[in-house]
Parts: sequence; structure tokens; C-alpha cells
Amino acid sequence: MSESVALNEQYELHVNGEARPVRDSWLGESLLYVLRERLGLLGSKGACEQGECGSCSVLVDGELVCSCLVLAASAVDQSIVTIEGIAPIGAPSDVQQAFVDAGAVQCGFCTPGLIMATHALLERTADPTEFEIREELSGNVCRCTGYGRIIEAVQRVAVSRRDSGLA
Amino acid sequence: MSVIVPKSLSDALAALADNPDALVLAGGTDAMVEVNSGHRKPSHVIAINRVSELRSWTFDPVAATVHIGSGVTYAELMESPVAQLLPALAEASRTVGSPQIRHTGTLGGNLGTCSPAGDGLPVVSALDGMVHLASVAGDRSLSVHEFMVGVKRTARQPGELITGVTLPVLSGWQGYSKVGVRNAMVIALASTCLATDLDSRNVRLALGSVGPTILRCVEAEAFAAAVVSFESQSVSASDARRFGELAAAASRPINDHRATAEYRRHAIGVLASRLLRRAFPNE
Repeated sequence: MSESVALNEQYELHVNGEARPVRDSWLGESLLYVLRERLGLLGSKGACEQGECGSCSVLVDGELVCSCLVLAASAVDQSIVTIEGIAPIGAPSDVQQAFVDAGAVQCGFCTPGLIMATHALLERTADPTEFEIREELSGNVCRCTGYGRIIEAVQRVAVSRRDSGLA
Repeated sequence: MSVIVPKSLSDALAALADNPDALVLAGGTDAMVEVNSGHRKPSHVIAINRVSELRSWTFDPVAATVHIGSGVTYAELMESPVAQLLPALAEASRTVGSPQIRHTGTLGGNLGTCSPAGDGLPVVSALDGMVHLASVAGDRSLSVHEFMVGVKRTARQPGELITGVTLPVLSGWQGYSKVGVRNAMVIALASTCLATDLDSRNVRLALGSVGPTILRCVEAEAFAAAVVSFESQSVSASDARRFGELAAAASRPINDHRATAEYRRHAIGVLASRLLRRAFPNE
């Protein structure tokens, strides 16, 4: 059994495979705030700060969560993956490319959260029905697209992964 | 400010003994909203989501009960086989927030917050669940009806940690229903859990969001037990309607920014009647 972790104003998070020291922070800061304001990772977006919109979605130990509802200091020793860790800049993941190809991006504010949610969904269910897509993406609000092209983008990835034998 | 992330129950209880009034953070889906908005500035936080003893559930086939650790998430409660043992809890869990919320939100957190709109609570109430508390001074268990004291008030004392809840596995149909403005990400305006037990031939009905805490409908329950047929799984349309009226009469809703009392009371009648028809589908 590992020991309890007691934190002071300096602690370390594991983000996108790297150890990232967090300094001079208030321990009550959300993971979203720390990612953006302390670590300069601006991909995760902050809108509602109460878990309603999903634009701050990240993976913590493989689970899709709203980073605004995670106390950053409580995520020490956990593996955090943000949109920046999904694919290298300039080499989009298949999900990111499908969102571009399907026209699923308009203003783009919700897109990082939706990309994270789509990766998590397809990890769990390789060939989701439309109903499953709608339920699994129900925590991500988009005010531009009406969701039709987002659902189409998810289906495109599922089909292409199946055709290429990845799923 | 201090943050402690204990990995074992004994460490968690020791940390809580040092700071009996610390904010106990489970999934964070309620507490962090208050912290983000500046409504809450905790001086001590104990984050319990990695206390291994709290993260599992167990089925006792002899006692026909399921013990659910307070750190079990809604997403986990939706999975087989616990979903088959406690179908109403699985159904209620699926209506909580969104996948993101269900991955971190826990039944223990729901009990700790004790909002009248907590989706897990009508189920725990309908099943007459037992809530388990622990502290360095010892353990105690009490009925959920004693545990829930009022709006966001519980019988948990400073220094105590909710370790889990024990629920019976009943032999009859059970289900959960709620009304809100959309399917996802919605706080219940009115909610109902109905559970039936073929062995003891009773019907239990609990209401959420229409009182200071979860309400049980003793009159409606007695009425249902008298008029339904457990053999033919039937209830008449007029008796189902009457059951809904009794449930609505037992509700104590208020007007607030989400809905009027009148709307909530009406919704309770519809939901209760509908659940009884689902439990006893024949006429």
C-alpha cells in the first residue's frame, strides 16, 4: 500500500507522458485552471466551470472527465492526457482529421473536448450505433453544428478503422 | 490550504481525525463547482477517490445484499453484473449528468451531498439501504432514512467518513424515472424510484426533488400492495392512476428557478403511475 500524499504549494502532475512541476499555485485550483494557466496547455477550453459543457474534457487514468471538476492537486500520480497529447502538432489523429473532413468544426471552441470524448468512445465501443454516439457525446455541448456532422465524423472514423483492420 | 490524497482507508481516517471538518472530496462533481465559483474556500481537503477499500462492491448471496463502497462511480454501477442485481440503481446512474460526470461521481458523494435531487438517493431510500460510517473512534451503520436529515444535511459527524451502503437484492421489478428539461446533464425536477418484492409482496416508492430530502410514500405503497396482483403481474388502469394521485399527495414540492411546485407534483403523479404500470404490465 503506497503512502498518503500530502501536498504543499509545489507538486507534480504527469501530463501527456511528461512530469510537469506545478509551482506557486493555490491548492484549490481545478485541473483545467492548472493546465491552462500554470502549464500553458491552452487546448482544453473553459466555459461553464461546472461540468455542464464538456469543453475541458481530458483523460485521467484513461477515463474521460471534466478537468474543471478535478482538483488538480488530487491528480498527482495519475496519468493525464489532454488534447495536446492526442497527436503531434501537424499530424492530426484520425478523429481530428475526420472532424475536418466532415465539416464538424465551426467556431472550434467545443472541438478539443469532443475529440477527447470521441477517442474515449471509440476506445470503448469500436462500432457505435448513432444512439450510442449521441449518449456518449451528450456531455459535450456544441452551439454551432447541430451535431449532425459531428456524428458523421465519429461514424467515418469507426468505418475507416474497421476497413483498415484497426478496430 | 492542505490537500491529502490517502490511498488506504486507515490513512483516510487518520487524515480526517487530524482535520475533522476537512472537505471530503469524492468525485468532485458537486464540491468543485462550489470551489470554482468561489462559494467554497476549503482550508483542508481529503481526496478519497483513490482509497482502494472504497472502490469496490461485493455481493453476499446468503444475505442477498450488495455492499457498495462509497467510491464506486456511477459508470461502474451501470455495468454488469451489479446492474442486474440492482437494476433501479443502474437506471438512476445512467441518468446522472454525462459520461464525464459518471466516470467520477460516486454514490458515496451523492449521500454526502444529500441534495434532494441526488439521483442515487431515491433508490437507496426505496431499498431501505444502510449507510456505513467510519472514524478513528469506530464504525457505525444507520438506515438511510436516519442518515438523510434535511436539504444537504446528513447525520455524518465531523471526523466520520461514509464508507459505503448496503442494499438488499429484491426479487421483483424495480425502476427509476425522472423529469428534466433534456435527457443528459439535467438535475431532476421530480424523480421516482419504485421497487417491488415478490417474497414479501410489497411495493416501495421513493420521491426525489419534491421535499427537503427523499420522501417515502407509505400510503401509496400500502394501497399498491393491496390492489396489485403479484401472480398475474397486473394492476388496473384506475388503480395505477390512484397510486399516482397518492404519490403526488405525498410530495412536498417548492417553487424554484427550475420548476413550479404544481408542475413537480403533477410530474410525480405521472412518473409513479407509469412505474407501477411497468412493474405490473398486465391489466
